[in-house]
Amino acid sequence: MPRVVYVQPTGTQQEVELAVGSTVMSGALANDISGIDGDCGGQCACGTCHVYVAEEWVGRVGGAGERESEMLMFAAAVQPNSRLGCQITIERDLEGLTVHLPDGQH
Amino acid sequence: MGSTLSTLDPYSIPIEKIDVSNPALFQDDTVGSFFKRLREEDPVHFCSDSKVGPFWSITKFNDIVDVDSNHAAFSSDASNGGVALENRMRRNFIAMDPPKHDEQRKAVSPIVAPPNLRNLEGLIRERTAAVLDDLPRGTEFDWVKRVSIDLTTKMLATLFDFPYEERHLLTEWSDISVTVPIESDVERERLLRPCYDYFGKLWTERQKQPPKADLLSMLAHSDAAKRMDVAEFNGNVLLLIVGGNDTTRNTMTASILAMHQNPGELEKLRKNPELIPSMVSETIRWQTPLSHMRRTATADVWLRGKHIRKGDKIAMWYLSGNRDDEYIERADEYIIDRKNVRQHLSFGFGIHRCVGNRLAELQLKILWEELLKRNMTIEVLGPPVRTYSNFIHGYESLPVKVSS
Repeated sequence: MPRVVYVQPTGTQQEVELAVGSTVMSGALANDISGIDGDCGGQCACGTCHVYVAEEWVGRVGGAGERESEMLMFAAAVQPNSRLGCQITIERDLEGLTVHLPDGQH
Repeated sequence: MGSTLSTLDPYSIPIEKIDVSNPALFQDDTVGSFFKRLREEDPVHFCSDSKVGPFWSITKFNDIVDVDSNHAAFSSDASNGGVALENRMRRNFIAMDPPKHDEQRKAVSPIVAPPNLRNLEGLIRERTAAVLDDLPRGTEFDWVKRVSIDLTTKMLATLFDFPYEERHLLTEWSDISVTVPIESDVERERLLRPCYDYFGKLWTERQKQPPKADLLSMLAHSDAAKRMDVAEFNGNVLLLIVGGNDTTRNTMTASILAMHQNPGELEKLRKNPELIPSMVSETIRWQTPLSHMRRTATADVWLRGKHIRKGDKIAMWYLSGNRDDEYIERADEYIIDRKNVRQHLSFGFGIHRCVGNRLAELQLKILWEELLKRNMTIEVLGPPVRTYSNFIHGYESLPVKVSS
């Protein structure tokens, strides 16, 4: 199973193995990683699983879709590498994927 | 019909005759069994005749998420009737479609975003502590007035940097705006004139002063505001007053009532105060302080085999979706440590999702931290009086006593 690294705003890193087909959001919830809320359960409807994709992964992961961009528009401190964790599906080639968590979800 | 409907067994009338927009059903707290029947038998339900005209009811959790997320097919715009079953002409960013909505919401959002909330936390705690320390011991008082209204009004005054000694005006205007029964919208607008004048004056002052961190100053200095007309400015001010007032107020009252009805959960919380954030989310779901949000179809849409036509009114009943046991296990029960406790509909979903949700959670969290810290026992002495409204789901009064 691919290993995903979550980096807290404090710099603390947590590494977890996620099943292919799960998402960055569901993986965080299942492993009690704080800083991701996922209030809508992964339907791209709340914007509370906001993450920053590490620069070296931006190309591989890709940019936000149309509806995702709408939700991100209202998140706090959005950057060009902002994505919603529920819209990043874990695939085999994402081994080592690193995401940074924002200061808070809004 | 009127209030007689509310004494009926929901299963004794033909399903097409059910009208869940009747405010009496909310006042006497019987609407839940009507929603249950709709979820089971006719989850996308058409009511052809009601005081608010013909309307559709969406009652299942996932259907509500779908409608809420689809702002292209389901409009919030005031020109189509806005966001409540009772048409309101008022224009504010909750009653706008993109792109105008986006611009005005973005102007307001930072004040209730996480970094600013951290600045507010100390002040909220201080004011909450003062209200609790000041409560009478051993004698009956009204929790709604003494605590819920007092705390939320103080918070609003802080957010707006509104003259503190005149903050009772905010509660008055909020009540006039949505809950107090008033003959006509024209009359309502007349009664709100002093509110518009007051805020108009504050607005001009803040525009002249350098930018500060309060909502009015942030709005007055935003690019969005330069393109707002007077009606939009007034509408946005009222939206923020009501949005920050009724909802939190009623959830504060709900938390006392829910704990009274579920003493085992209170025991659980006292033993595990770290459950407070989870308990706050559960209370927000359990109460669902806004019963519905309304949309208007911009095109013909099919939903669960029903043909919704362009121009039709649609109510997304959050109160019903939050009791949908196909999505939420044991949805009728109040369980403060339930799994996925944050996954409820009370804040709505999609681009109109409640902008102040983090502030509301913070206020409730602090209230309960301070209650537990003082080991205060709030004894409920009688049933609450509930609000006569199909929109604001709340309480007019709740008699209580502090017993320790």
